[in-house]
Amino acid sequence: MDWEQIWKLVALPDNVPIVLLLVLLPFYLWMAFSQAFKNDRLIARLEADPDLRKTHHRTTFPHHPSWAPTVHVWPHLLKREFIAMIIVTAFMIVWSICLDAPLEEPANPNLTMNPSKAPWYFLGLQELLVYFDPWIAGVVLPSIILGGLMAIPYIDTNPLGNGYYTWKQRKFAVGTFLFGFIVLWVVMVVIGTFIRGPGWLWFWPGQTWDHHRVDHEVNYDLHAYFGIEGTWPTFFFGLGFLLALGGITGALTHLFLKKCYPRMLQSMSKLQYIVMMQFWVFQIIVVVKVIARLVFHVKNFWVTPWFNV
Amino acid sequence: MSHDDHGHGHGHGAGTEAPEAPPVNDTEGSLLNALRAKAEPLKKFMGGEYKETQVWKSIFRHKLDKSHRNRSLAVLSNVFLHLHPARINRNAVRYNFTWGMGGITFYLFVLLTLTGTLLMFYFHPSKGQAYKDIMYLQNDVPFGNLLRNMHRWSAHAMVITTWIHMMRVFLTGSYKPPREFNWNIGVLLLLFTMLLSFTGYLLPDDQLGFWAVTVGTNMARATPILGHEGPLGPELGFTAFNDVRFALLGGSVVDANALLRAYIWHCIAIPIIAAVLMIVHFWRIRKDGAISGHAPVMLESEVK
Ligand code: HEM
Repeated sequence: MDWEQIWKLVALPDNVPIVLLLVLLPFYLWMAFSQAFKNDRLIARLEADPDLRKTHHRTTFPHHPSWAPTVHVWPHLLKREFIAMIIVTAFMIVWSICLDAPLEEPANPNLTMNPSKAPWYFLGLQELLVYFDPWIAGVVLPSIILGGLMAIPYIDTNPLGNGYYTWKQRKFAVGTFLFGFIVLWVVMVVIGTFIRGPGWLWFWPGQTWDHHRVDHEVNYDLHAYFGIEGTWPTFFFGLGFLLALGGITGALTHLFLKKCYPRMLQSMSKLQYIVMMQFWVFQIIVVVKVIARLVFHVKNFWVTPWFNV
Repeated sequence: MSHDDHGHGHGHGAGTEAPEAPPVNDTEGSLLNALRAKAEPLKKFMGGEYKETQVWKSIFRHKLDKSHRNRSLAVLSNVFLHLHPARINRNAVRYNFTWGMGGITFYLFVLLTLTGTLLMFYFHPSKGQAYKDIMYLQNDVPFGNLLRNMHRWSAHAMVITTWIHMMRVFLTGSYKPPREFNWNIGVLLLLFTMLLSFTGYLLPDDQLGFWAVTVGTNMARATPILGHEGPLGPELGFTAFNDVRFALLGGSVVDANALLRAYIWHCIAIPIIAAVLMIVHFWRIRKDGAISGHAPVMLESEVK
């Protein structure tokens, strides 16, 4: 086992921020969910007890009827902002004293860095290059991510959970978001940063980066597994497969929602539903493609003379 | 008891007990007292009278005592503070709601603007010189290395805090009506924060930045329709010398023009875009009725 290798990666100055992210993320998830569960318990109590409903202030915080519902920004908010500023300033100064920003040799187009990596926050997209053509990984998927984020407020019709942490009232929304953010973004960043070595090959932590390793892995397009040949048969096979995959995903999701969240379906307009389903299916197809590649060595689902998916 | 009496008595008493000392003590005492007397107006002035001067009143339009009125005015009559309302929901100031994440992100942006401006005094965005300037900053400029480190680490930190802020906003459902639009401003801020960081990556003109930007912009080659390796790109007449990647880099490879373009995007264009978006973001927080929570919980049985 060569732990030196992974340590070198983690200690690379530009990778230190990821370590910070990996510490902060669980901490804040804990902070969010501990409050969500507290609120959920309060909600359950209130749902069960109509009398309590009439009198309760409906937060988990101390409350007294005589207390003003609002406080002065000066000093109550400003002092907190001031303290936060001081802490952040001190933190940044200490970090900057302890760790030097990297500076490598002067740029040299003739000396390729292997692996050449984008800045860490883009390594999720670079990792997707393994699974998709560059125009999909580099252009289409980022657009879908941004489009999907922007659509969120307009497709989430659930009025509950506005302004407080909750899990039970928003399971589907919270679950979908965290899956996209944590698994499809942060985990991809981590793989791109810590797992990918020379030639963008997969090196487990503890494995030494072998610059001469040859990639023996052979991947086949999906149609090859079925013995399909020729441009048009391949084209229609791939198209059919993708449509079927999307259709099945959509249908299963629909059944799931119908069973578990019937009110959600009722409250959505057709357009909202279609947009939501689109983004959901895209997300699942990305996951299926990643797994198909890593586990089953499938290169492309759909091969055409112009592009591959 | 006046200061004169006190000084005299002190001198006299000292004189009887220690004969050698009195003259010195006496003059010292009276000098001190004279000074004290002279300082009296200054003391009064510093003790509060300065607040009555025209200069002071022209700057601060209200008193600073603890009345409700003054606490409100302190916020409302200050151009920087009046981003805030005068009063807010008592639970909204709790750390565990926002985690201060949006505020920290903004503060990091301010820190980056300050350190970035200072870095600009030493940096020429030209091939060859850029790298030397970074070396100069690291090795010769007083605090230059600290400055560069602060700028780089604050940039990384800002990317992280923006992500975490977005997660917080999602988990509190704060994008729900009436805040849908502000969430979208936020998504644009997310994009521009990352582009800001990315354009800065090339500026030291070292191997790290060069290859990161080469890898990043290679994807632009494959843009559908607009890239020379993307679907329909070649059919529409795009080559390596006129496609969207060429426009980004000012050339077909990452070179002097790319450095200049990255510099202008990084130091002028994107900061302005981001600053404008932040102004809108903060304005909308106020207009959407301040921060969304901690709101009282809602019940499913009560919605229709
Ligand atoms: C440069 C990046 C950003 C800055 C400086 C910023 C700043 C802020 C600040 C200071 C607040 C006040 C509350 C708080 O501190 O949490 C806030 C609230 C908010 N931000 Fe951002 N933000 C940024 C990015 C984003 C992003 C990426 C999103 C979402 C995609 C977003 C959506 C919102 C929304 C919806 C609110 C209102 C939250 C509420 O009412 O509870 N912001 N932002």
